[in-house]
Amino acid sequence: MQYEAGNYDVIVIGAGHAGAEAGLAAARQGAKTLVLTINLDMVAFMPCNPSVGGPAKGIVVREIDALGGEMGKNIDKTYIQMRMLNTGKGPAVRALRAQADKFAYQHEMKKTMEDEPNLTLVQGMVEQLVIEDDTCTGVITKTGAKYSAKTVVITTGTFLRGEIILGELKYSSGPNNQQPSIRLSEHLEDLGFDLVRFKTGTPPRVDSLTIDYSKTEIQPGDDEPRAFSYETTKYITDQLPCWLTYTNEKTHQIIDSNLHRSPMYSGMIKGTGPRYCPSIEDKIVRFNDKPRHQIFLEPEGRNTQEVYVQGLSTSLPEDVQHKILQTLPGLENAQMMRAGYAIEYDAIVPTQLWPTLETKKIKNLYTAGQINGTSGYEEAAGQGLMAGLNAGRRALGREEVILSRSDAYIGVLIDDLVTKGTNEPYRLLTSRAEYRLLLRHDNADLRLTEIGHQVGLISEERYQKFLAKKAAVEAEKERLQSIIIKPKPEVQELIKSQGGSELKDGIKAIDLLKRPEMSYEHIAQIVPSEVKLDEEVTEQVEIQVKYEGYIEKSLQQVERLKKMENKKIPTDIDYDAIPSLASEARQKLKKVLPLSIAQASRISGVNPADISILLVYLEQGRIARVSNE
Amino acid sequence: MQLDTIAAISTPMGEGAIAIVRLSGEQAIEIAGRLFQGVGGKKLTDVASHTIHYGHLIDPRTDEVAEEVMVSVMKGPKTFTKEDVVEINCHGGLVSVNRVLQLVLNAGARLADPGEFTKRAFLNGRIDLSQAEAVMDLIRAKTDRAMNVALGQMEGRLSRLISRLRQEILETLAHVEVNIDYPEYDDVEEMTHQLLIEKAQYVRDEIKKLLQTSQQGKILREGLSTVIVGRPNVGKSSLLNSLVHENKAIVTDIPGTTRDVIEEYVNVRGVPLRLLDTAGIRETEDIVERIGVERSRQVLKEADLLLLVLNYADDLTVEDENIFKAVEGMDVIVIVNKTDLPQKIDLERVKELAKDHKLVTTSLLEDVGVDELEEAIAALFFAGSIEAGDMTYVSNSRHIALLNQSLYSIEEAITNVQAGVPIDIVQIDLTRTWELLGEIIGESVHESLIDQLFSQFCLGK
Repeated sequence: MQYEAGNYDVIVIGAGHAGAEAGLAAARQGAKTLVLTINLDMVAFMPCNPSVGGPAKGIVVREIDALGGEMGKNIDKTYIQMRMLNTGKGPAVRALRAQADKFAYQHEMKKTMEDEPNLTLVQGMVEQLVIEDDTCTGVITKTGAKYSAKTVVITTGTFLRGEIILGELKYSSGPNNQQPSIRLSEHLEDLGFDLVRFKTGTPPRVDSLTIDYSKTEIQPGDDEPRAFSYETTKYITDQLPCWLTYTNEKTHQIIDSNLHRSPMYSGMIKGTGPRYCPSIEDKIVRFNDKPRHQIFLEPEGRNTQEVYVQGLSTSLPEDVQHKILQTLPGLENAQMMRAGYAIEYDAIVPTQLWPTLETKKIKNLYTAGQINGTSGYEEAAGQGLMAGLNAGRRALGREEVILSRSDAYIGVLIDDLVTKGTNEPYRLLTSRAEYRLLLRHDNADLRLTEIGHQVGLISEERYQKFLAKKAAVEAEKERLQSIIIKPKPEVQELIKSQGGSELKDGIKAIDLLKRPEMSYEHIAQIVPSEVKLDEEVTEQVEIQVKYEGYIEKSLQQVERLKKMENKKIPTDIDYDAIPSLASEARQKLKKVLPLSIAQASRISGVNPADISILLVYLEQGRIARVSNE
Repeated sequence: MQLDTIAAISTPMGEGAIAIVRLSGEQAIEIAGRLFQGVGGKKLTDVASHTIHYGHLIDPRTDEVAEEVMVSVMKGPKTFTKEDVVEINCHGGLVSVNRVLQLVLNAGARLADPGEFTKRAFLNGRIDLSQAEAVMDLIRAKTDRAMNVALGQMEGRLSRLISRLRQEILETLAHVEVNIDYPEYDDVEEMTHQLLIEKAQYVRDEIKKLLQTSQQGKILREGLSTVIVGRPNVGKSSLLNSLVHENKAIVTDIPGTTRDVIEEYVNVRGVPLRLLDTAGIRETEDIVERIGVERSRQVLKEADLLLLVLNYADDLTVEDENIFKAVEGMDVIVIVNKTDLPQKIDLERVKELAKDHKLVTTSLLEDVGVDELEEAIAALFFAGSIEAGDMTYVSNSRHIALLNQSLYSIEEAITNVQAGVPIDIVQIDLTRTWELLGEIIGESVHESLIDQLFSQFCLGK
C-alpha cells in the first residue's frame, strides 16, 4: 500500500560513507534532507578494512575536511592508531592513515547525522524512483512510503544486486550479510542505465585472544599527535598497535592445491575485481615466484577482539580459510570469527554522469560512491560530498560546483570517472594526479577552504582562522625575502654542521632556505621571527619556498589547463555535423559529452587533431551566431 | 582568445641557405627576446612592429652564442595568425634550424601541432567562415600524414628503440610510485637517488645516441651530401652530368613541420645523393684553388661523401696530394678519369694515397666505369661504412625537436637528483621525458603507468 510520506529538498539513498557525506553536505547548506538506509545500525559501516586514509586517500580526507565534510572529524574522534606515511619523501606524497575503531566510527557518524538540524535519518529500502519527464522527483520504498524531493542522490555501495561468494557457496546478499537491493538495480536498468558487474572481497577476521603476537612484528602508531581535520584540537594518545606476519611456502601450497575450489578460477565469479586489492589466491597465481606475502593484523576496535587479517582477502571455501590461517606465524591456533568472502554487485557506467555527478539520462538524479565504480571509503565520501553539495544547490536554485583536476584529488577522481570511465573498481593513486605537487596533504585548506566557505559548509569562525593562517604564511615569506643573512661564524658553523658549503657573501634568508640541507628551523635559528608562528605556518613556508621551482612549473601547466577549461562545449552540440572528426573520436565524444575542451582532450581515443577540429567547429558556430544577430 | 605560444620550423627542410623558425602567441616576442642579443643591446620587446633585427641567439644554459640570426618582429593583429609573431631567420641546414627551434622550445614555446598556425589564423578571425571546412580538412590531412611518417618509421627500429626506452622509464616510474602508494610494501627496494641517477643517465645516453642518428637521418632525407673535388679540368662536371643523366631524378613529397616540401635528389642504386648544384661545384673549384684555407676545409668536412677526381692523362700534382690530405678520414671514392687518353698518372702512387678508399677508373667521355662507380657508392652506403647504414635514424624535424625536449627534461631530472630534490618530485621530469618520447610514436596514455604498477608488483591488502 503506497502512501505519501513526506516532502524534501534532497533525498539520499544509502548511509554509507558516500551517503553520510551527501546527506550532511545537503543539509548543512540549508536543504531539507532525508537519508534513507536499509539498516539504521549500519550507518557509515566499514565492511572491509578498519582504516581511513593512506597515500592519495588521506589527502582526499583532508580535502573533504577543507570543504566542510565530516570524514576527517569523525576519524579524529575514533581512531585507535594514527601514522604519517612517506615522511622520508617529498611533501607532495605525505599522507595520514588511521586505524579506526570501526564501531565507534559508525556510532559517532550516526550521532552527527541525527544531530544535524535539517537532516532526517530513516530506515527504509528504496525500490523505485519517481520519474516525471526524465526528471527524478522522489522515491518509493519497499513498504510503500512515497517521498517527494527536488533532487535524489543514490549511494548504494555494493548493495545493488549484491551476491556473496564463498567457495562453492553463492547467495544473494549485501555486504556483511545485509539485505541486498535488487529491485532498485532492475529499476535503473529499466530506466536505460548501463550497468556493469564488479567484484570485491574481504579477508577473514580472527579472535585476538587466540593470536600469539610474540611471533609477529609490532607496528605502532606515531608518537607525535596528528589529525585529519583542520578543526581537531584534541588528540587520542592511547593508541593500539597493529602487527605484521607473513605467508610462507605452506600457505601457498594449501592455496595452490585448493585453487580448483576457488570461485575465481572455477568461473563462478564473473565480475571484474580491482587489481590493487587482489585476493590471496590471485597474488599467488600471478606472482608465484614470491616466497612470502605480508599480512597485517589490524584490531577492529577497542571493545572487540575481532582482528582484521589484511592481505588475506579471499573467496576460498571456509574450510580452506581455516587451514590457511593456521600456516601463518602467530595464527597457528587462531580462531576464525568470520570467513572472508567475495562480493559481486552492480555499478553504473560512470561516463553516464556529468562532472556534477548528476546523471545525463535523468535530471535531478545523482549517484555517488561505489555505485559509480569506485572502491574505498575515502573515494566514496569525496563523491558523496560533491553529489550532496550539488544536489542541495540544485534544490536551492544555486549554481553547481565542479572541482578541477588541479583543485583536488576529488576533482581527479570525478573527472577520471565521468571522462574515461573505469573497467575495474577505481582506486585513487597519487600517480593519477598530474599536478600531484600542488595537491598536497599540507595545503588542502589553502586549496579548498575558500570554496567550502562560499558554499556555506565552512563556518565564518573557521574561515577567519584560515585567512589568518594564509596571511601569516605570506608575511613570513616576505620577511625571509627581505632579510640578508651575513656570513657570520655561527652561521657558517650551522651550515657546515648540515653538510652545506659556507657562504661567500650575504644571502637572502629565503635563498638559504632553498638549499636542500637547510630547514626552516635552521633559518629561524639564525633570524628568528618576532611573532610566534604555528607549525602549520612554518611548514607551509618551508614547502612553498623549497619547491618553488617545481611548483611554478606545475602552476604553468595548470594555467594551460585553465585556458582549455574555459573553452566550453555546449551539451547540445551535434558531433555528427563535424565531418572531419575521426570516427572513434566522434563515438567517444557523443558518449561522454564533455563540458569543456580540456575534458574532451582527456577522453581516450580523442587525439589532438580532433580537438583542433572541434575548436575550429566551435569557433565557426560562434562566428555564425554573432553574424546572425 | 589567448592561446599559448607555439613554434615550428616554417621553411622546407634541408633546402636553401636560410631557414626560418616561426613563433606565434602572446609570449612570442618575450620568448625570442630572452634568447636574442642584438647589436648594441637592442631588446626585441622594445622594437617597432614589422621590423627585422640582426643579432645572435644565446643559449641561456651555457651563455654561449648559439646562432647568428635575423629576427623579424610582427605584432598582432596584422600577422598571419593575428597574434604576435616572431620569425627567426637562421642558417639553412638541419642542425642550425633545429638548434634554434630547440632554444625557443626550452625558453617556453610549445611545438606546434600540424596545421596549428592555420588553425590559429582561423580561430583569431584571420580566415573567414567559408574556409572553416577547409581548415578542418587541412588539420585532418596534415595530422594523418604526420602519423603516416611516424608509422613509416615505426616499422623501422626507431619506434622499437623508443618503446624500449619508454618501457625502461616506465618501470622506474612504477618503482617510484610503488614506494609512494604502498609505503609498507616490503618486496621492492626503495628507489634511491643513486639508483635513479643510474637509470636517468642510461636514458639520457640513449636519447643522445638517437639524436646523433638524426645526422644520419639527414642523409636519407636530404640525400648524402656529396661533393666532387679535384683540380680544374679533371672531369668533375662530366661526372656530375653523368650521374644526373644516367639516373632518373626523383621527386619526393616530404612532410615538414609546418609546410610540405618538394625536394629533388639523385638516386644512385637506392642511395639518395644530394649533389651540389653548379654553384656549389664552382665553389668546389674555388676550394681546390684555395685548399688549405680554413673555410674550404670546413665545407669539405660537412660532406657525407667525397668523389675525388684525378686526371689519368696528367701527372699527379702537389694540388692533388693536398686534396688527399684535406679529405683524410672521410668517406672518399677516388676516381681516375680520362682513361680514353694515354696514361701519364702514377697509379701506384695513387693507390698509396688512396689507402683503403675505393679506387675506380673511368672514361666519362666514353661512359666507361660509371657502373663500377655506382656500385662503389652503393657498396659504401649499404655496407654501413657511411654511418646511415643500419637504417635506425631520426629524420623528422618534429621528432628531433621532441627528442631534444626529452633530453632536456632528463637532464633536469639528473641535475635535480644530484641536488637532493626528493625523488617523487624529480619524477615530474622523468614523467615528462616519458610523455615526450611517447609523442614521437603517438602514445601518451597515462593509464599505462598504473598497468605497469600492478603487473610489476604484487600489491594490495
